[in-house]
Amino acid sequence: MDRYSAMFQRLNETNQGAFVPFVMVGDPDIETSEKVICQLIESGADALELGIPYSDPIADGPTIQAASIRALKSNVTPDACFGLLSRVREKYPDVPIGLLLYSNLVMARGISEFYARAKAAGVDSILVADVPLREAKPFIKAANASDVAQILIAPPNATEETLREIGKHSAGYTYLLGRAGVTGVETAADIPADTLISQLNAYQCAPPLLGFGISSPAQVQTAIKAGAAGAISGSATVNIIAQHLNNVPAMLAKLDEFVGNMKAATQKEG
Amino acid sequence: MNQLDSKFGDFGGMYVPELLIPALDQLEQEFIKAKDDPAFQKEFTDLLKDYAGRPTAMTLTRNLVSNPKVKLYLKREDLLHGGAHKTNQVLGQALLTKRMGKTEVIAETGAGQHGTATALACALLGLKARIYMGAKDVERQAPNVFRMRLMGAEVIPVNAGSGTLKDAVNEALRDWSANYDKAHYLLGTAAGPHPFPHIVREFHRMIGEETKAQILEKEGRLPDAVVACVGGGSNAIGMFADFIDDPSVKLIGVEPAGKGLHTKEHGATICTGSKGILHGAYTYIMQDKEGQIEESYSVSAGLDYPAVGPQHAHLADIGRAEYVAVTDDEALNAFQLLARKEGIIPALESSHALAHALNMADEAEDDTIIVVNLSGRGDKDLAHVINILGEDFNGSL
Repeated sequence: MDRYSAMFQRLNETNQGAFVPFVMVGDPDIETSEKVICQLIESGADALELGIPYSDPIADGPTIQAASIRALKSNVTPDACFGLLSRVREKYPDVPIGLLLYSNLVMARGISEFYARAKAAGVDSILVADVPLREAKPFIKAANASDVAQILIAPPNATEETLREIGKHSAGYTYLLGRAGVTGVETAADIPADTLISQLNAYQCAPPLLGFGISSPAQVQTAIKAGAAGAISGSATVNIIAQHLNNVPAMLAKLDEFVGNMKAATQKEG
Repeated sequence: MNQLDSKFGDFGGMYVPELLIPALDQLEQEFIKAKDDPAFQKEFTDLLKDYAGRPTAMTLTRNLVSNPKVKLYLKREDLLHGGAHKTNQVLGQALLTKRMGKTEVIAETGAGQHGTATALACALLGLKARIYMGAKDVERQAPNVFRMRLMGAEVIPVNAGSGTLKDAVNEALRDWSANYDKAHYLLGTAAGPHPFPHIVREFHRMIGEETKAQILEKEGRLPDAVVACVGGGSNAIGMFADFIDDPSVKLIGVEPAGKGLHTKEHGATICTGSKGILHGAYTYIMQDKEGQIEESYSVSAGLDYPAVGPQHAHLADIGRAEYVAVTDDEALNAFQLLARKEGIIPALESSHALAHALNMADEAEDDTIIVVNLSGRGDKDLAHVINILGEDFNGSL
């Protein structure tokens, strides 16, 4: 069984949703980032969503843009990220790890080669933020060839046709957008997205994780109540890194507290 | 799925977040409907004629070229209202905005030319404009910032990244992702995701159509070459579009070689770049080996862009158009020559095209007719050029 299926099965059995934090690999540098990522897992993250720093992140708000810039300033390359991922994978063989990145990083290496490299580093899924379904064919093909799940996005304005296509191709999980716009806590997610969630289920899409604008345990609870299989929190997590750049122990302690609280909110009632 | 072809060979496409696909589809559909709507076409044509001043003149240079075998013509987009070709397609897209029932316009601008054109069209048509401009550019282009604000547009400085055009485009796309319901993204060049390269070309194609009619009337034959500068490539594709099926006409795009192609400071995307994705299109871009986008450079802000319209990438790949590069110094030289010899101050962008045409004129052995698309006027560049040429120049007068 793949790691996402195993995770969802385990969470079903314990009547929980998934909490999935996002951070940028290499933010603010590889060494600190490795500590951050291990901390997230130790603190109870069910899976990880990880970015690879990119110069022009058009789907990201100011918080995650800044994380990219910090990492790029530390000369973090995709290869350095893969190196870190391999070490994390060795330490934590079961936690699902997804990449969230931009198309040109994939194109620069060659689509198949990039996916194969990611697989070798222990990556379970890849979401390319600027590749919509319409351009996804070669990416899905490479994903299948490398046995990596291609994550597809269900936006709040998705047409029936889009949802049907997602159902046809989706693997791992479905990234459910809580609202329009870019990443960031400036605008809260629009929950419940229950209509969209029931449509996704009808089209047999992979379990939906709600992201964009998730920063509090209450939102996680609401998302799961609305039928999401879990929630992804990026900017709120990255903010903690940004606020403690000069004090790594405090950064890790704060992340521990944050992940603990968010994870606790995934417990369903009854 | 798309009704128009979203690719030019391998190039183009729609590499944007899924969220923006419905807005791009809506734009494509509205454009197709408008194309067949006589009322839309009449309003667009009337605005171009009575507001913007089309058709623009075709000027045979008198003193610039010494080779008697060469006739060098200038297509005078510098005379268009707004001071550059940009006004053409902005009027078209502003009318589409109204057709879609949207009330706000988002735009990006580098030097401020597209921002100025957007501001004037929005003032005229009662649309609310907000224009993203790199913080560095806001500083460098103060008069254009004032022009935009004077016409009621909101100018938003972008501090992210390098604070130039590429970052302004990123920010405009982010804004659009949140506000596509009520706002249209009025992209300023023939680049970006489908359908922009298609729409922008169609709203600029009168440049080539007029050129063809004017040159046939004056010379009784087609020109041997049409020459245009290429940043994103909107004035060039507008000039080329009607000549693509005339194989005797050479299509020449001139990219900015900045401080030289051997340096890192240039913006010659097709001449030196590699294939990749930026701002929604697969095209030639400037990038490092990891795929991080590199900064471009040119003395002319309008050519300072690390990607190029996908149709140009295609025309280059199939060999239908030729792309060359001209340095800052060569462009500045052509800028001064045109002023001195013909009494016309060209935009620094257009000066690149002119500089290459002058080289062609020097080398021509047979009777040759060349048309340069003089895409804009140079008033906007005066402060910048004064800084570069400085006291030496004043002293030499």
